[in-house]
Amino acid sequence: MESCNCIEPQWPAEELLMKYQYISDFFIALAYFSIPLELIYFVKKSAVFPYRWVLVQFGAFIVLCGATHLISLWTFNMHSRTVAVVMTTAKVLTAAVSCATALMLVHIIPDLLSVKTRELFLKNKAAELDREMGLIRTQEETGRHVRMLTHEIRSTLDRHTILKTTLVELGRTLALEECALWMPTRTGLELQLSYTLRQQNPVGYTVPIQLPVINQVFSSNHALKISPNSPVARLRPLSGKYMPGEVVAVRVPLLHLSNFQINDWPELSTRRYALMVLMLPSDSARQWHVHELELVEVVADQETELTPEQRLMVETILKSSNLLATLINDVLDLSKLEDGSLRLDLGSFNLHTVFREVLNLIKPITSVKKLPVTLNLAPDLPVYAIGDEKRLMQTILNVAGNAVKFSKEGSISITAFVANSESLRDSRAPGFFPVLSDDHFYLRVQVKDAGQGINPQDIPKLFTKFVHNQALATRNSSGSGLGLAICKRFVNLMEGHFWIESEGLGKGCMAIFIVKLGIPEKTSESKNPFLPKANHGQTAFPGLKVLVLDENGVSRMATKGLLVQLGCDVTTVSSRDECLHVVSQDHKVVCIDVCMPDGFEAAARLHEKFTKNHERPLIVALTGNTDKVTKENCMRVGMDGVILKPFSVDKMRSVLSDLLEHRVLFEAM
Amino acid sequence: MDILNQLQRQYTDFTALLYREGFVDDNFTQVQKLQDESSPDFVVEVVSLFFEDCEKLVNNMAEALEQQDVDFKQVDSHVHQLKGSSSSMGAARIKNVCIAFKTFCEAQNREGCLRCLQQVNHENTQLKTNLQALFTLERQIVANGGSIPVMQ
Repeated sequence: MESCNCIEPQWPAEELLMKYQYISDFFIALAYFSIPLELIYFVKKSAVFPYRWVLVQFGAFIVLCGATHLISLWTFNMHSRTVAVVMTTAKVLTAAVSCATALMLVHIIPDLLSVKTRELFLKNKAAELDREMGLIRTQEETGRHVRMLTHEIRSTLDRHTILKTTLVELGRTLALEECALWMPTRTGLELQLSYTLRQQNPVGYTVPIQLPVINQVFSSNHALKISPNSPVARLRPLSGKYMPGEVVAVRVPLLHLSNFQINDWPELSTRRYALMVLMLPSDSARQWHVHELELVEVVADQETELTPEQRLMVETILKSSNLLATLINDVLDLSKLEDGSLRLDLGSFNLHTVFREVLNLIKPITSVKKLPVTLNLAPDLPVYAIGDEKRLMQTILNVAGNAVKFSKEGSISITAFVANSESLRDSRAPGFFPVLSDDHFYLRVQVKDAGQGINPQDIPKLFTKFVHNQALATRNSSGSGLGLAICKRFVNLMEGHFWIESEGLGKGCMAIFIVKLGIPEKTSESKNPFLPKANHGQTAFPGLKVLVLDENGVSRMATKGLLVQLGCDVTTVSSRDECLHVVSQDHKVVCIDVCMPDGFEAAARLHEKFTKNHERPLIVALTGNTDKVTKENCMRVGMDGVILKPFSVDKMRSVLSDLLEHRVLFEAM
Repeated sequence: MDILNQLQRQYTDFTALLYREGFVDDNFTQVQKLQDESSPDFVVEVVSLFFEDCEKLVNNMAEALEQQDVDFKQVDSHVHQLKGSSSSMGAARIKNVCIAFKTFCEAQNREGCLRCLQQVNHENTQLKTNLQALFTLERQIVANGGSIPVMQ
């Protein structure tokens, strides 16, 4: 070849391009070969990969592409036919596999995408379930709270305690900022703020009861959301900066009596309501949940939940648990009976009521067992008697209870009448000498049943302690065998006699006891001259010297006036020093207002001054506080009694008479 | 006779009004019951003593609240005294204001205290007027030979 005269460039342009193509192809091939390797490595690592053969296909496709690019490296320059053949084969194969892969991907990719969708769906579902679990758990918690709350509410009988407990527990359960109770005033025209959760002394705000929001809340038994600006919800200065929390109000039905009085349950017709207002914390995004509202409604509606029959049951349960407590105490006091140191608690009581209550107490069981019970009280049976009411009831209950226990069918009759001399003589007791007198009478009670009966020979063993009659102790021997023994002792203490008659097994049995009870109008005069002889207006403590220590002029005068009414000879002092100066042995009682700073110290000094107990005047604390601290302080300095201000003439009279009779510490609240 | 009946009826109505409106409560009845032949002016004496006490306490409280550094403990003890007096006498409204007053004292809220003090003054004046009217009626009844009807 002749060299031409033209100037040759260093790198002909084609060669440069070729060089770059060369390098690119090489790298492409490299990449293409490494991709399947990476895929295989990672897939081997993962446990779940459903499309392995797709992977193979894809791998083949990549490898062949790489091979094609690699082979094309040789085709830049002149190449032999073999290379061309190899190249063609590679290209053909690649084409085939690529098309196959493309077709496969059309099939696969939607599946893969749907997997992703399913995954997202499952994730959402899981989050939802978590939320619901949280809610259920909260509901269960609040359910438990409600149960505890209702139990606690039902266990207290005082309306104030019930309402205060309601407030405190609701506040705690629902994490409220404020919970308040508006009670109707005596006039019924206004609602007065009576209790609040957070403030110690609720301020005496009142709102008229005829506000539309109040009417709305009172007209339904649901908890309704009210505006935080309504007068009943403006309970405290706004503590948060932006938004007061949501407020809900619900009505609380009120019983008229603050204490449940047995046999005196009021009618539902005249309904008075109190208003309970509940505030969520301010500045929080919390809203009232439906289940929280339901909780509030249930709690507020406590008193309407029981039907009349249920109420009677509750009454009976309360009474019998009271009696049960007494019975248990007495069983544990058996030792006192043994050594004769048990004394009867004499007092005046209603005899007819005792029998009726025993009947009420055994009624549940008799109605279940379908045993008709009849109570016959003789017409001449006095209504009031003097004796130990609790132990008499215990005895009758024990006897009646046994009759019920050991009867499977047949009726039970309880008869009570005044025993006259014939029935007294008939009592089959060898050592029983009843003495009739004017101020006592003998009560005879007979309980007859048609149950299992007792073998007459076994009768004496019945009264032995801890011995069960084998024939009787079949299924329901849950007692300890003490019952009859104790009752016999009580009857003996009441100067009476107790025996059982039975004609034999299966013929029923009759338990009879006679006890001596006093008649109220004819009791002798009490020995203490300071006991009040009449109720109103007459002087109860003539000439009793009393010293009153009170800083406050008005209360001093009021107390003095009250004591003067009771006939006392009253001296008033206004300071501790004056009190100690003036006091003498003639003063029988010293009334000290313990709200004044020197009150307790005055009492302590009085103790120091009069070292001998009988010379010391009785010290009575007058206080406006009922809290524990005050009571403890009173007891610590040696006060003999405490009266809560404001007190009435009657209250003062009863306190003084109790004090003068017993000279012991007690409380008159 | 007619005048007497009218006066007695006025007296009963007025007393009922005082109770209904909450000016006085059961303790006032107690105080009234303590009056008898041996102490015929008991109620008037107690009431005058109360108002004297009240004015003295109010003046003390006003002075204390005017200071730069208010001694809330002192104000609180005055309020306590006033609460005790009003409670013994049966001045229900004043007692209620005292309860609110105490809360403000404990919170050391001067504005609140001043407002309550104003209210105490207001209630005081009102009660004084009302009780004076009541006593005038009583005197008129007695002057006309009748007896003062007892509240149930």
